[in-house]
Amino acid sequence: MNKTRKMIKNQKKYTPVIGLEVHIELSTKSKMFCGCPADHFGKKPNTQTCPVCLGLPGALPVPNELAIQNCVKLGLALDCKINKWSNFDRKHYFYPDLPKGYQISQYEDPFCYEGQYLLPSNTDGRDTEKRIGITRVHMEEDTAKLQHTTLNNPSGGESKKVSLVDFNRSGVALVELVTEPDFEQIEDVLIFGKELQTIARYLGISEADMEKGSMRLEANISLREESSDKKTLPNYKVELKNINSYRFLKKAMQYELERQTKLLLKGEVPSQETRGWDEAKSVTFSQRSKETAKDYRYFPDPDIPPIELTDDQIKKIKSQIPELPSQKAKRYKKEFDFPKNYIEILVQDKQKSQYFETAAALKPELAKQIASLMVNKNLDKDYPEPAGLIKKIVQLTKVDYSSTDDTTSAIEEVIKNNPDVVKKYDEGQGSVVGYLIGQTQKLLKGKGDPKKISDMLIKKLQKWGGK
Amino acid sequence: MIDKKLSKKLNVFLTIVDKPKKGIPIAIKDNYLTEGIRTTAASFVLDDYIPQYSATVVKKLEQNGYCVVGKTNLDAWCHGSSTETSDYGPTLNPHNTKHLAGGSSGGSAAAVASGMVDFAMGSETAGSVRGPASWCGVVGLKPTYGRVSRYGVIAMGSSLDSPGPITKDVTGAAKLLKIIAGKDEFDATTSGNLVDDYELALTGDIKGLKVGLVENYMLSEMDSEIVKKTLKAVGLLEKLGAKITKVKTLDPTHAIGVYTVVQRSEVSSNLARFDGVRYGFGRDKFGEEAKRRIMLGTHILSSGYQDRYYKKAQKIRTLFINDFNELFSEFDCLVGPTMPSTAPKIGVTKNAAMYGELADILAEPSSIAGLPAITVPCGMVKGLPIGLQIIGKQFEEGKILNTAFAYEQNKKDD
Repeated sequence: MNKTRKMIKNQKKYTPVIGLEVHIELSTKSKMFCGCPADHFGKKPNTQTCPVCLGLPGALPVPNELAIQNCVKLGLALDCKINKWSNFDRKHYFYPDLPKGYQISQYEDPFCYEGQYLLPSNTDGRDTEKRIGITRVHMEEDTAKLQHTTLNNPSGGESKKVSLVDFNRSGVALVELVTEPDFEQIEDVLIFGKELQTIARYLGISEADMEKGSMRLEANISLREESSDKKTLPNYKVELKNINSYRFLKKAMQYELERQTKLLLKGEVPSQETRGWDEAKSVTFSQRSKETAKDYRYFPDPDIPPIELTDDQIKKIKSQIPELPSQKAKRYKKEFDFPKNYIEILVQDKQKSQYFETAAALKPELAKQIASLMVNKNLDKDYPEPAGLIKKIVQLTKVDYSSTDDTTSAIEEVIKNNPDVVKKYDEGQGSVVGYLIGQTQKLLKGKGDPKKISDMLIKKLQKWGGK
Repeated sequence: MIDKKLSKKLNVFLTIVDKPKKGIPIAIKDNYLTEGIRTTAASFVLDDYIPQYSATVVKKLEQNGYCVVGKTNLDAWCHGSSTETSDYGPTLNPHNTKHLAGGSSGGSAAAVASGMVDFAMGSETAGSVRGPASWCGVVGLKPTYGRVSRYGVIAMGSSLDSPGPITKDVTGAAKLLKIIAGKDEFDATTSGNLVDDYELALTGDIKGLKVGLVENYMLSEMDSEIVKKTLKAVGLLEKLGAKITKVKTLDPTHAIGVYTVVQRSEVSSNLARFDGVRYGFGRDKFGEEAKRRIMLGTHILSSGYQDRYYKKAQKIRTLFINDFNELFSEFDCLVGPTMPSTAPKIGVTKNAAMYGELADILAEPSSIAGLPAITVPCGMVKGLPIGLQIIGKQFEEGKILNTAFAYEQNKKDD
């Protein structure tokens, strides 16, 4: 007994320490530093290039203003401070997908810094919001895309392993967002990722689609002893990279937590490295050791003058930010008191929420039914116009009433069975109608349309009396 | 059209266009991209490179009636002040073939000086237009940084590079500048400032012009003949009505360090794209000088050294800018010699890695401050030409061109 207790006591408990690096490709028409189209998904390789994004000798970058505004917009949506003076820096490293030998990025003065995002309460048993610090949101350019493939030899010889480069993606505007290592639960990381995607769509700056690569999530993940100081970070971190879906990211993070816990319990420190996810084997695997910090030799890009953002410009960008999903969710809760899943589904999709709001404005008393039919039956898909859905709802409610034939025979029966009452009506006692309606409703088992019964009954009574 | 024999003798052109289009012939330094015409930057790394596009300057010249007749030799990647770092060998001085044409735009200066063309384009980071123009006895203009587009000019020191004309006379330089100056949507560092009519600016009238004679540009080690001839030229300006005052600038020797640090950093970054993946040749094709500069620049930008070198250099750069601003609050232009010596003999750069930086000492301060400057021939010293340098306020090319013009029109041959 004593022994078991001691073991439990010695079994250290760990808390995950997770920080995110998120890349979001902006959906601007042209690339970050040239006029080439930015929409590269599914396009024929190397058809959207020019001297600038190919990094040809003598070519120079000219920054895309809209992309900068969109970056600032995202920063503002995440409560960031905005640098009024910032500039682009060159980040040097060698890779075949980087034709200039450096990536134009931002280093010392990112456009946005020191922001925050509040994870909603009521998740994972948490009853308060949780603050996630946003370290920075900066602007950079995407790299080209490498394709490792095997080419068949047309003359029948040995096939050849090759790496092909597609420069269509080279120079596409890319926003990088870095969070503080504030996440302590995998679920929160996923909530944040999805929320960020929704925010990007609300702002209209990107589809932020993980499967298409327009949003890329990298998690820096490590464990600290539960009893240790929150501010002291573990002496290692593992970077999970090149994972293109939430499902895989979740699995990879779960796997990592288990793997690292085992190592730590054995008294080992996990290596500082980049790891990927092998779906077939359901394991993470080492891709690159990061024991030594890389020296990117950042320095201000002399080709791009410093960028000044005035208070007016920042104000203008701020004014373009719509009600954000988290604000909307709070409002729906307050205004309509919908269940959590209703709110989630309606808010997740900006168009859906707009549809709901238009419909609810037409018939405020039907708000709950509108939401229900949208959430449970996807009826908004069948009726492109919110007014159409309202009409349908009204019709649907009518179907529940008894048919005209049933109502007619019920009324006839009530009149036949209550000659005294009918007589009173004939004598001018209009108030007896209520009693007769009640009797009819009784025969119809309460399914009658009150207005219809009343109309038909009065008509009949007048006829009857006329006889 | 080009005298091929003469070109070969002096090693002026790296590529001669066989059937040039109709127009006024112009020679282009081989670091300007020319669509369909081989462009090497005088480095074997680009030995067979044929660009898909032309530099903005080249396009503008072609649109205005000029035709490219050939691409001229330079120090490889513009790394030098002699053309001795060219992988294709040095360009010789037309005035004396035992001497160098200077660099890096040596081919363009020699092409004009030898009479092969009246117009040429050079490019200057610090001294690469003024130096060879002075040593070859022709006119060389380095415009304000941002006055002329760098798009399509192979980058050397991106915060310094200024494409500029090298011509037979001042009028030629004014003509070319009028065409090539102005905002370019492909170069974010070009200025939207209005482009003056530089030809109209050439009135020859410099009465009342406030000229600062930079005393400390008369270096102690300078040939006394150069000092004498320079003072004589300044005397002529005075005779023409200019008010001459002796002034002192911040010691130009400090500019050598600033320039070297900034330029090497930018060079190491700009040459990173020649990584052996594209363009056909590997990095082993880089010459000695390029390798030295890449290594030094890489070191300067490394973490831990940036503050000590790069950032410090930028601070001193600001001091130079302030110093010039102060002088230009009083003066219209500053004058002095262009180069501390006449064209040196072939082989001068051997074992002298810093040769260029030292030779360009009188060009570096105005270059790091982004100022315009012109050199106009002002006589011969021991059979080799020297130049009078006139430095102006930012975007006041018109004023220095006119000063040079007034001198050129009134000077008496040696």
